[in-house]
Amino acid sequence: MKATVEVAPGAADMAAPGQELQKPSYWPFVVPALVVVLAIIIFPWVFTIWMSLNEWKVGSPITFVGLANYMRLPTDPRFVEAVGHTIVYTALSVALPLIFGTLAAVVFHQKFPGRGFLRGIFIMPMMATPVAIALVWTMMFHPQLGVMNYLLSLVGLPPQLWVFHPGTVIPSLVLVETWQWTPLVMLIVLGGLASIPIEPYESAKIDGANFWQMFRYITLPLIAPFLFIAGMIRMIDAVKSFDIIFAITQGGPGSASETINLYLYSVAFIYYDLGYGSAIAVIFFVLIVILAALLLYLRQRTVWTEIGGGA
Amino acid sequence: MKKQLITRRSLLAGTAAAGALGLSGFPARADVQWKKYAGTKLEVMLAKGPRGDNLQKYIKEFTELTGIQVESEQIPEQQQRQKAVIELASGKPSFDLIHISYHVQKRQFEKAGWLADLTPYMKDPNLTAPDLVDTDFSAAGLQYAKNDKGQMLSLPWSVDYFILYYNKELFQKKGVAVPKTLEEMVVAAEKLTDAKEGTFGFVGRGLRNANMALWTNFYLNYGGEFLDAKGNILTDGPEAVEATKLYQRLLTKCAPPGVAGFNWMESMASFTQGRSAMWIDADGWAPPLEDPAASRIVGKVGYTVVPAGPKGQFSSTYGDGIGIAAASKNKEAAYLLCQWVASKGQGARLLQAGGGVPFRNSIVSDAEVAKGVKQQEWLKSVIDSAKISKLGLPVVIPVAEYRDLVGAALTATLSGGDPATELKKAHEQFRPILERSEKA
Repeated sequence: MKATVEVAPGAADMAAPGQELQKPSYWPFVVPALVVVLAIIIFPWVFTIWMSLNEWKVGSPITFVGLANYMRLPTDPRFVEAVGHTIVYTALSVALPLIFGTLAAVVFHQKFPGRGFLRGIFIMPMMATPVAIALVWTMMFHPQLGVMNYLLSLVGLPPQLWVFHPGTVIPSLVLVETWQWTPLVMLIVLGGLASIPIEPYESAKIDGANFWQMFRYITLPLIAPFLFIAGMIRMIDAVKSFDIIFAITQGGPGSASETINLYLYSVAFIYYDLGYGSAIAVIFFVLIVILAALLLYLRQRTVWTEIGGGA
Repeated sequence: MKKQLITRRSLLAGTAAAGALGLSGFPARADVQWKKYAGTKLEVMLAKGPRGDNLQKYIKEFTELTGIQVESEQIPEQQQRQKAVIELASGKPSFDLIHISYHVQKRQFEKAGWLADLTPYMKDPNLTAPDLVDTDFSAAGLQYAKNDKGQMLSLPWSVDYFILYYNKELFQKKGVAVPKTLEEMVVAAEKLTDAKEGTFGFVGRGLRNANMALWTNFYLNYGGEFLDAKGNILTDGPEAVEATKLYQRLLTKCAPPGVAGFNWMESMASFTQGRSAMWIDADGWAPPLEDPAASRIVGKVGYTVVPAGPKGQFSSTYGDGIGIAAASKNKEAAYLLCQWVASKGQGARLLQAGGGVPFRNSIVSDAEVAKGVKQQEWLKSVIDSAKISKLGLPVVIPVAEYRDLVGAALTATLSGGDPATELKKAHEQFRPILERSEKA
């Protein structure tokens, strides 16, 4: 009874000077979002960092070990190798789709009969489920029964071991990645090409520029921002790529295609070493943030030069 | 229907025999009170495979016998292991009974104390049929199921021996005799390999982790032991190097290309296509090999024990069991189900279907049961393997790390790595992991 009496005048006080009524009332609208962000982004991160500072194995008591898990990383050859694999895998699966995607975009930008239909076919790989794709490619890579070696034999090349040899496994996986994601790059670049005005080409033609010169000095600089976006999307995708590698090789043969992500999965969910796994996750996260920041910075710079050039 | 009758009869016979023994004194004591927990509901989490199938197919009989309702779920092995660990670690598992892989989970489960002790139940005549005594389980089974204190933490369910499958037709064609020693096997494999025709002498697991199960057959036969008395790992010693050389020679010179990525499934594909003459793997593959829809070599498969090495003859043994979560509230009812799962009737069905080999001697050596087995040659190879059975992996907590690291070393030898160097490198990585986990 007393409580209500106390609250009532308080509420009346606030209601009186109109403006103050707004001040406390926006919180109820912020709180749900805040709670969600805290619960699903901030809390897991803080908790992951906390786990990474502990010796935390499922089924064993948890002990605080400070930075010991992080100290283990540089001395763990598997982790160091995984970093190397991740870099190679990422570099290749960003570069190749960018190159082929740009070429495809230039081709599909031309007007020719059946263009819409062919474009449709070309983007189909992007629409398929990565795991399903991976299973199909696994069959295609089979050294004895797969179609890849058959195709090689048609042009007189000797059979390859593809994903079954440590030396060729990463390029083979990149082949799948490239096949699947070239269309995405193409779509982005096509958008870029559509936005380029036609006048620069006309004047270049009058000046006697050939196709390559027009591509190099007009098209490429004008679609550069789009290439950056495509590159960034590809980079983040490739760094964290898991499904295709896991489904085709599980990081093998041996650990020749084990990227940080796959190693992280093994440590946390097969070895149940959550502390060490969390340390890897934290480092991995920092890497991705640095990469994304770097790319954003580069992109911003191109925009500036573009504006500078325009002015 | 007929099979069911036999099962019932054998079960009754066991009870009757026990009753006869008890004529002198307490005939009622031998009766298990099957109905005591009627109405209870149990949850079972199974790994996908023939053992799980065998349980689910006949579970109605258990419900009839006891009035206990059973919900069961089969999950692919890898995921099942993960799910089990996460749920057990949470302290509130969603299941009462858990199907465990001893060679992977034994030490981990024991150390975490996740399983209920079955010893008191096994001593209770109200709960345990007189034919279920721990001496009926094979030595490997007891080694798996009991902890250091001698408590039974699960009932051994099904054992996997590694055996040698061979293609009789290819052997005949090349005039090769079935090898009795590993040395003979390599020679035979080289003779049987004809890369031009696309046939190979040997196929087996090359895939990291999975390959350990094959390699240990060689290692044990070269006289290797996994751990010394102090628990140090020994698999980079001279025996290991020799075994790895053999492994390397077989899989690089006599095996299909790409074998570094083969697990049992790819190996089986090559073998059933008649492309490979020999295959060493777990004993559960007779049904697909003899299935005309899946195999081109029906009726041409020979089954025998793993050939002897210079220091003896062993068959690498793995196995699974059924245990009760320590957190379960229905332990007695769950124990009745454990017992039924490991019973003679269910074991006989498993054996006759070729889906697994029970750990219980009374089932494997039962002539009546043997009559129902289709592939007599297979049965003989299994019985012979039982006599030379030896645990196929070190019983340590970080088995998964062990299999991954040493397995990767083995795979590396398939692309030209030096056995001694690769093994050494892998063990340098593994030793600190082992130390950390056993100390903690």
